[in-house]
Amino acid sequence: MTALTTKANIKAPDEFYAELLAVHEGLSKSESDALNARLILLLANHIGNRAVLSQALRAAALKD
Amino acid sequence: MSKIFEVPLYPYQRSADQDAATPVRHKVVVVGAGPVGLALAIDLAMQDVPVVVVDENDKVSWGSRAICFAKRPLEILDRLGCGDPMVDKGVIWNLGKVYFDERQVFGFNLLPEQGHKRPAFINLQQYYFEQYLVDRVRALQAEGKPIELRGGNKVLDVSQDGTGAELTIGTPDGPYRIAADWVVACDGAASPVRTLLGLDFTGRVFEDNFLIADVVMEAKFPTERWFWFDPPFNRGQSALLHKQPDNVWRIDFQLGWDIDRAEELKPENIDRRLKAMLGEEISYELEWSSIYTFQCRRMDRFHQGRVIFAGDAAHQVSPFGARGANSGLQDTDNLAWKLKLIIEGKSPVTLLDSYDAERIHGADENILNSSRSTDFITPKSEISRIFRDAVLDLSERYEATRPMVNSGRLSVPCTYDGSPLNGPDCMTLPARTRPGSPMVDAPVPGGWLLDLLGSRFHLITINEQAPDAFPVEGLDVKCLSLFTADDADGHLAQRYLGDAKSAVYLVRPDQHVAARWDHYDETAVKAALLTAIGR
Ligand SMILES: Cc1cc2nc3c(=O)[nH]c(=O)nc-3n(C[C@H](O)[C@H](O)[C@H](O)COP(=O)(O)OP(=O)(O)OC[C@H]3O[C@@H](n4cnc5c(N)ncnc54)[C@H](O)[C@@H]3O)c2cc1C
Repeated sequence: MTALTTKANIKAPDEFYAELLAVHEGLSKSESDALNARLILLLANHIGNRAVLSQALRAAALKD
Repeated sequence: MSKIFEVPLYPYQRSADQDAATPVRHKVVVVGAGPVGLALAIDLAMQDVPVVVVDENDKVSWGSRAICFAKRPLEILDRLGCGDPMVDKGVIWNLGKVYFDERQVFGFNLLPEQGHKRPAFINLQQYYFEQYLVDRVRALQAEGKPIELRGGNKVLDVSQDGTGAELTIGTPDGPYRIAADWVVACDGAASPVRTLLGLDFTGRVFEDNFLIADVVMEAKFPTERWFWFDPPFNRGQSALLHKQPDNVWRIDFQLGWDIDRAEELKPENIDRRLKAMLGEEISYELEWSSIYTFQCRRMDRFHQGRVIFAGDAAHQVSPFGARGANSGLQDTDNLAWKLKLIIEGKSPVTLLDSYDAERIHGADENILNSSRSTDFITPKSEISRIFRDAVLDLSERYEATRPMVNSGRLSVPCTYDGSPLNGPDCMTLPARTRPGSPMVDAPVPGGWLLDLLGSRFHLITINEQAPDAFPVEGLDVKCLSLFTADDADGHLAQRYLGDAKSAVYLVRPDQHVAARWDHYDETAVKAALLTAIGR
């Protein structure tokens, strides 16, 4: 069974982080909230695996 | 010209029961001649179980209410001998469009699976639906079947002991009493019988109002289901447009919670809404309008001693997903054969516990699905609105999130997984026809599989030998032998064999699978049959 990767997995993390902030630049709070929601939905669809998604939801809720 | 729902269809007539010195006793009394009560009575009468239906009214449903009927109820109606008029009159549709704000987000095609007699859905006004059921009652009466329909008969009181129930019924000539071995309350969401017995009906209230306008118009809109989230003509709310026969269009506006009902129902206000939605130039005739609110709730148990509940009386869902009448018909499908076996002394009264188990499972599934639709259509918090809007915005560009768009998950029958009536399964056979599932239709030589089944137990063999008939303790099981050599399109093999070479299915009178094997074994079939009838 695939498990949620909680080890570092992104090359050049500083660049990714900067890019993540950059797409939010100049957005109002509600535009940012909307963007975040779209991002979560796209990434969730990419992952697809329900078990991994459930693990991620629990991990994000700091429940594990 | 009067509308069909204004004409008395089964006007009050004095019954001999009203002159009897002591209450006349009947086998089964059904309270309520809505879609559910009528379907149950037809089912029982066709199987020679005497039934009396009482209704305080004498007409079909006032205005349309339900318009969307799914494949499974149509299959049940076929078994009851009245599927054809419904489907002939109904509008078949497969296409839909979803709008968000001012844009069309996407269109969809339900792409119904091939190899079924009936379409995935038809749209038909509830008043036609009920009228065709009453026509069927009349045809059965002409054949001499034991069915009676008493209009203008209002249940005022009910009492019961361990062997039966007694009803007090109000009529234009004053009240009278009748007794029954069994009473089935199909008296709708406000069920007076439920209230008279003091039984709970708990669940969730949705704080929302919807305005329905059924309008007659010559419109060029295609036969599609159009659904709007947050449109300019109904800001912050939703709207629906759907076609019914006779150029009647169902228009449904979400209104929100704090509204003035009387004000909203004024024709000039409805007119203003319709013109904002469809354009100033439209001309139409308003057939029926109504404001409804809804709840998702059910009873804790669906029977209490000798009184059984079915349809809206037992469970209520939001209209999103067309599950009310559809699931009510599945209740009667489940109940009729069980009641017959109990009345004939072939099954213990405890067989009714399986009606509770199976139909509560169905009701919970429907409530879950319709609550989820409602939460998508009417987000209950800021964050749920953010996600809902995100799903819609993405769906305009990407296919990825379209399956999450939920404007009503249309009714599909449930599988009675874990039912006490289920017998053995065979793991090599396809999952969709496992024990508890409704049989999936398929073409067979000369017609359709489902037309050959139902109202009794059947043993189906595929590429396997079995006896022609199979008598077990007073039950007459009919055998049906099928071969994949006759299955040109492979639907039968795909639905019933999978990778196996042969299969044997024991099928209940409601066309649900009781048990299955990959070969015939008389002892195993007999044991499964006894399990399926609750012995
Ligand atoms: C706006 C709207 C849209 C809907 N759309 C759909 C849809 O598309 N598809 C779908 O499947 N469902 C739909 N439904 C739900 C559907 O209309 C109901 O689920 C269905 O009518 C329930 O049938 P019933 O026979 O259980 O109850 P009802 O139709 O309510 O019938 C109850 C009967 O009992 C009688 N009665 C009541 N009290 C007494 C008494 N004391 N004595 C004697 N008789 C009595 C009444 O006169 C009535 O005839 C919709 C509902 C609404 C409101």
